[in-house]
Amino acid sequence: MSGHRGFARGGSAIVGAATFGIGACPGLAPVDMAARAALMALADAGMALGEVDALYTSAPHEALGGLELAEYLGLAPRVTDCNRTGGSAFEVYVQQAALALEAGLIDCALIAYGANPASNPPPAVGMTRQSPWEAPYRPLAPISSYALAASRHMHLYGTTRAQLAEVAVAARQWARLNPEAALRDPLTIEDVLAARMVSDPLGVRDCCLFNDGAAAIVMVRAERARDCARRPVAVLGAAHAVTHREISSMPDLTVTGAAISGPQAFAQAGVGPGDIDVAMLYDAFTITPILFLEDLGFCPKGEGGRFVAGGHVAPGGGLALNTNGGGLSCVHPGMYGLFLLVEAVRQLRGEAGARQVPDAELAIAHGNGGVLSSAATVILARG
Amino acid sequence: MSAMSQPPPLPHPEAEWRAHLAAGRFMLQRSRASGAFVFYPRIAQPGTGAQDLEWVPACGEGRIHAATLVRRRNPAESYNVVLVDLAEGPRLMSRVDGIAADAVTIGMPVKARIIEEEGQPLLVFVPA
Repeated sequence: MSGHRGFARGGSAIVGAATFGIGACPGLAPVDMAARAALMALADAGMALGEVDALYTSAPHEALGGLELAEYLGLAPRVTDCNRTGGSAFEVYVQQAALALEAGLIDCALIAYGANPASNPPPAVGMTRQSPWEAPYRPLAPISSYALAASRHMHLYGTTRAQLAEVAVAARQWARLNPEAALRDPLTIEDVLAARMVSDPLGVRDCCLFNDGAAAIVMVRAERARDCARRPVAVLGAAHAVTHREISSMPDLTVTGAAISGPQAFAQAGVGPGDIDVAMLYDAFTITPILFLEDLGFCPKGEGGRFVAGGHVAPGGGLALNTNGGGLSCVHPGMYGLFLLVEAVRQLRGEAGARQVPDAELAIAHGNGGVLSSAATVILARG
Repeated sequence: MSAMSQPPPLPHPEAEWRAHLAAGRFMLQRSRASGAFVFYPRIAQPGTGAQDLEWVPACGEGRIHAATLVRRRNPAESYNVVLVDLAEGPRLMSRVDGIAADAVTIGMPVKARIIEEEGQPLLVFVPA
């Protein structure tokens, strides 16, 4: 099938997964956190550090983060990457690791990330330049960009602030079932609507957390996965699309790169949105899962607001969305993409406790980077 | 190689755009071959790579494509940030002056105006 585009369906698997320091992790540096999560994921897989021969990370403040983590762990990887596709980097890594495993270039990929912006505020000067075409107008980075997309969606499709609030409330209801989630107090639609406005139409409860957290996963080829400690999670498809850098250059404010990466990943996997049991869709702001639900084919374009209404993506609803509580209520240390993958793995292994989706067989993890700029979709299956 | 034989440096597209703006001109790049307009200014047309871009005056007309109100706590004043669809085709970020910050609506016709802010020329829009 042309949709495969060189990707080997089920050729590789995630065999280890871990999170560490979610919420508050004072006293450590980001590289300490990434290393700790990495060792936990390897222990989960029943594998030794010395077996890792490919390293993928995205350090929050260190441009040479791939080199830094290799040195820290004492690795000499055949492949080292520290890509800068924002929060979607980790879904891109799954794609890249699967291809390198399939080619025989590597045997064991470690994908790790840690950041603690709540305990250890980021440096005032970051690694990205301010856009000379946007900065003079003082948009809040990144919320005003998402607010502009939301304003357009509301204008074209009649999406309401109450529908946006449904996303935040559903995330909170899932978070209340997850002992690891940072925010577990009750939250109502009225609370979200009454919260302080930041950049209309988005208020403070439409925005993700900016807290501490680390995560890691381990990937090997399918035949090796059978010998690992845990039930493997097969990688059925993975695809990536970049559409722009700044919001003013987004080709269509209501259509993201998920409309490209999603169909490609589904074609590789040989499944469709109707087959998915658990949807982990990057929720940087309440508008983002609405856009991704549409672009990935869970509902028609423009229907995302109505799709999430009435508790449809909350526990007990029609679609299990962001079951860890998401970036909105669980964890978002600046780049959230790896936590999507870890939660998908936990659901597919049946380890999700009170929030477990019964008999979950297929999951999607969709990462977002920049300001809806980078879209990367991974389809996973219970092994 | 002697200094004489080196080609003259290419003008930086952003600097050129700002120089036009400082002289009171809102200019856009246009591909001679396709006639398509380009913003922001660059050394080649995105997508085609065509390096035949020329500067032409923008007509200054546009419509609001998307809008947000950035909220500030008192006494700081909230302000709008918009995306404007120019009549020539490109979309850019800007602000609408001459109207209450929260009164900007999508689809509203606007026209360009060059003002000075923090000692620099700045392209904004006002209701048409």
